[in-house]
Amino acid sequence: MSGDHDDAVISRQVRLLESLLEERGIVGGDTVDEVIDGFLAGASPVNGAKVVARAWTDPAFKERLLADGAAAVGELGFAAGGVQHQRLRVAENTDSVHNVIVCTLCSCYPLRLLGPSPGWYKSEAYRSRVVREPLAVLAEFGVTLPDDVKVTVWDSSAETRYMVLPRRPAGTDGLSEPDLATLVTRNGLIGTALV
Amino acid sequence: MPDRLAYAPGDVVRTYRHDPPHHTRLPRYARGKLGVVVEPEGRAPLADIRSQGRDDAPVEMVYAVRFAARDLWGEGDHDVVLDLSESYLRKADADVR
Repeated sequence: MSGDHDDAVISRQVRLLESLLEERGIVGGDTVDEVIDGFLAGASPVNGAKVVARAWTDPAFKERLLADGAAAVGELGFAAGGVQHQRLRVAENTDSVHNVIVCTLCSCYPLRLLGPSPGWYKSEAYRSRVVREPLAVLAEFGVTLPDDVKVTVWDSSAETRYMVLPRRPAGTDGLSEPDLATLVTRNGLIGTALV
Repeated sequence: MPDRLAYAPGDVVRTYRHDPPHHTRLPRYARGKLGVVVEPEGRAPLADIRSQGRDDAPVEMVYAVRFAARDLWGEGDHDVVLDLSESYLRKADADVR
């Protein structure tokens, strides 16, 4: 059995647990909100963009990033996923491979590197269609690929989180690492846009 | 914990076919399908057991497994990679429930 979480039930359980913890003085009234705010404050696609710009300008870093994503982004002070340690696999786009990420079972996402996920990423339509007809979905995002490019869809069905390493655009040889980072979009890191 | 892995990169595996009455992390579209092991991803408690609130979930190796769209959907030229617990997989030539 798989599919959507039962939001109503889990939300009620969480609210109940929270109020019990507060009632008994185990956590303060604002503690949970503060922790969540602190966690989200550092979560942004700007982080993923910095990782990409470093990989474009530092071949040794790129090699480490592709071998062990979590360790490499850790060098820049970032983590892959939630509060606990998570594996990160960075999938590199090349002239023959284009990568797209999805979570068909729920909505797993490298939140720290990409920020809160967009609504469409969590939609039934994206989750069910991108594994079946990625070219049609990509076309709806305005992405068309040459015929000889093979698409790989990464379905985040366990603990590993995924991020796409887009191709560096032509004509950017003179740009600095910070300028390169500004070219990288959130959808580029998901694989639903080219950079 | 044994160091020997059940599957090596390149091994052809088949996923289980049945529809368990509890949560599982093998999506329906990838059940009873042939795939190729990419690599081991590290160990994790089996979600099927943990999601039932039990504390005896076995810690299993999770493998990245690559499936050809044609084997999943009967059409398409792309690949789909999933991360699957060891007990979701059998050797391709083994009898699958």
